[in-house]
Amino acid sequence: MTSTLASPLPAQAESLPSLAWWSFRNTLVLARRGVARIIREPSQLLDVTVQPLIFVLLFVYVFGSAIKVPGGGNYHEYLIGGMFGMALVGTAQGTAVGVSTDMATGLTDRFRSLPIARSAVLAGRVIADLLTEVIALLVLVITGLAVGWRIHNGAGDALAAFGLCLLIAFAMTWAGACAGMLVKNPEAAAAIGFIFFLPLVFVSNTFVPTQGMPAWLRVVADWNPVSAVASSCRDLFGNPNPSSTIAAWPMQHPELATVLWSIGLIAVFAPLAVYFYRRKALR
Amino acid sequence: MSADLAIEATGLEKSYGKTRALAGLDLAVQTGTILGVLGPNGSGKTTAVRVLTTLLRPDRGTARVAGYDVVSQATQVRRRIGLAGQTAALDESLTGSANLVMIGQLCRLPRHGAQQRAEELLSRFDLADAADRGVKTYSGGMRRRLDLAASLVSRPPILFLDEPTTGLDPRSRLVLWDIIRTLVADGTTVFLTTQYLEEADQLADRIVVIDKGSVIAQGSSDELKAQAGGDRIEVTVAPESDLARAREVLARHAEGEVHTDPGRRVVDAPVPAGARAIPAIAAAMSAAGVLMNDLGMLRPSLDDVFLTLTGHSADHAPAPSEKAELV
Repeated sequence: MTSTLASPLPAQAESLPSLAWWSFRNTLVLARRGVARIIREPSQLLDVTVQPLIFVLLFVYVFGSAIKVPGGGNYHEYLIGGMFGMALVGTAQGTAVGVSTDMATGLTDRFRSLPIARSAVLAGRVIADLLTEVIALLVLVITGLAVGWRIHNGAGDALAAFGLCLLIAFAMTWAGACAGMLVKNPEAAAAIGFIFFLPLVFVSNTFVPTQGMPAWLRVVADWNPVSAVASSCRDLFGNPNPSSTIAAWPMQHPELATVLWSIGLIAVFAPLAVYFYRRKALR
Repeated sequence: MSADLAIEATGLEKSYGKTRALAGLDLAVQTGTILGVLGPNGSGKTTAVRVLTTLLRPDRGTARVAGYDVVSQATQVRRRIGLAGQTAALDESLTGSANLVMIGQLCRLPRHGAQQRAEELLSRFDLADAADRGVKTYSGGMRRRLDLAASLVSRPPILFLDEPTTGLDPRSRLVLWDIIRTLVADGTTVFLTTQYLEEADQLADRIVVIDKGSVIAQGSSDELKAQAGGDRIEVTVAPESDLARAREVLARHAEGEVHTDPGRRVVDAPVPAGARAIPAIAAAMSAAGVLMNDLGMLRPSLDDVFLTLTGHSADHAPAPSEKAELV
């Protein structure tokens, strides 16, 4: 075992720039792990690819026939514009399952016993999950185009919409990481993800305009970040957006609301995730 | 601290709520030796490993690993240790090779160096054929070997193995034992926890027995066995022979009470001379006209040691949490 090759690790304390450089390198190694997982097992992406696909087909061809968009407009365009929010919020569930799987297998402990920056493990995960989010975005664009959804405004607006989608997804990833560290096993992570995902998506303007909801529920729906993302996308893609007539502040400024929601989520959940990761004494 | 101690812990305490996982644990491991830490489930073995590998802060007490404090100099400690826990801590979706390359790169090997190191370890642990297969397809024994390989990537001088063979079939266990012996022969210090008395007996230079978070006995395997009463000679008497006469003969060679089991037609007694007394006893039995079906020596197992020390068996000791529920 003790061959002539020495350990690659420095024997003494090292300078801050060297430490920062290696934290960056370690983050990339861990992010690449996430990418390698997707390449080896694309089936992991089913919940961000097939699930939105099923929702699109269900709402376009089954429920859609009975839903009228207030103020007129094509429901297909309304629906797809709104589904970007749902698809990306859903990726947080994958993060939660991934984080809790690493906890359960002991891989997290292995990382924690290695001389690497503890932030690198979380950062690597979040960066790798961004790739999942881009894939989810692409799947929805292609599905949407196939069922008659179109981008009516310029490329700049469309890019801004995609950017907002990735921003809120990035923010939700940190919430997912926290959830993944707090639950006992991956099954619980999946269940909890679903419990939050369902009301978050259905009590929003994703599938139906909020105008028909009871007043109290409508307040919740109009302030729901998923509604803000959906309205932003409809706005920026030039799809019908009946929520623009709603007085609630986030519906009047959906883009700004999305940005603020994202900043707020990151401000709360990123430090919490790091805290849990550092302090969590498993079992 | 002494220069030749790889691991030294003093008065470690750790509680989870009302459960005291560590209650003043003291340990010392000489460089280049295997310490076997023996104890039932819930005795604090894993907590001790987690404290010594910097994963958990002790409530009280200090520990130094490779000369560095596990709390205030955790990074220095992490550069010198390898950890293989109770579960195979691997990414199931990746190949065996990719897992090891990832660990190598995290330990600052360049990509090529990490690949080389991975190949080296895979062939050494007889996993070369499975290198490019997903870990998901590995058997239990293969996973444990890969897990051990992962803990060795950075060539750590000190290795923590937390129940490395729990749940393995006997053949895989023997393979792992061989690997561990080779590591120590090459100078690695090993901290090995186990529930298997035989494992500690086979591998460890020194054994500490822990129960309820502190050390209740320590020594070499032979020293611990002597504590449980030393060697006994057991004679199984043929049905046509007289059990009482066999008892008289054995009493002459024994030091202590002769125990008789009429049902099994067995007499046994502590015999300090151990195996060396067997020919004389056999001759004496024969001279007295006792026909024997069997004559043998009983060495106390570490299980007997455990029973003597704690009053409960190692295998069936309830974990502290279970105890709490019973009250």
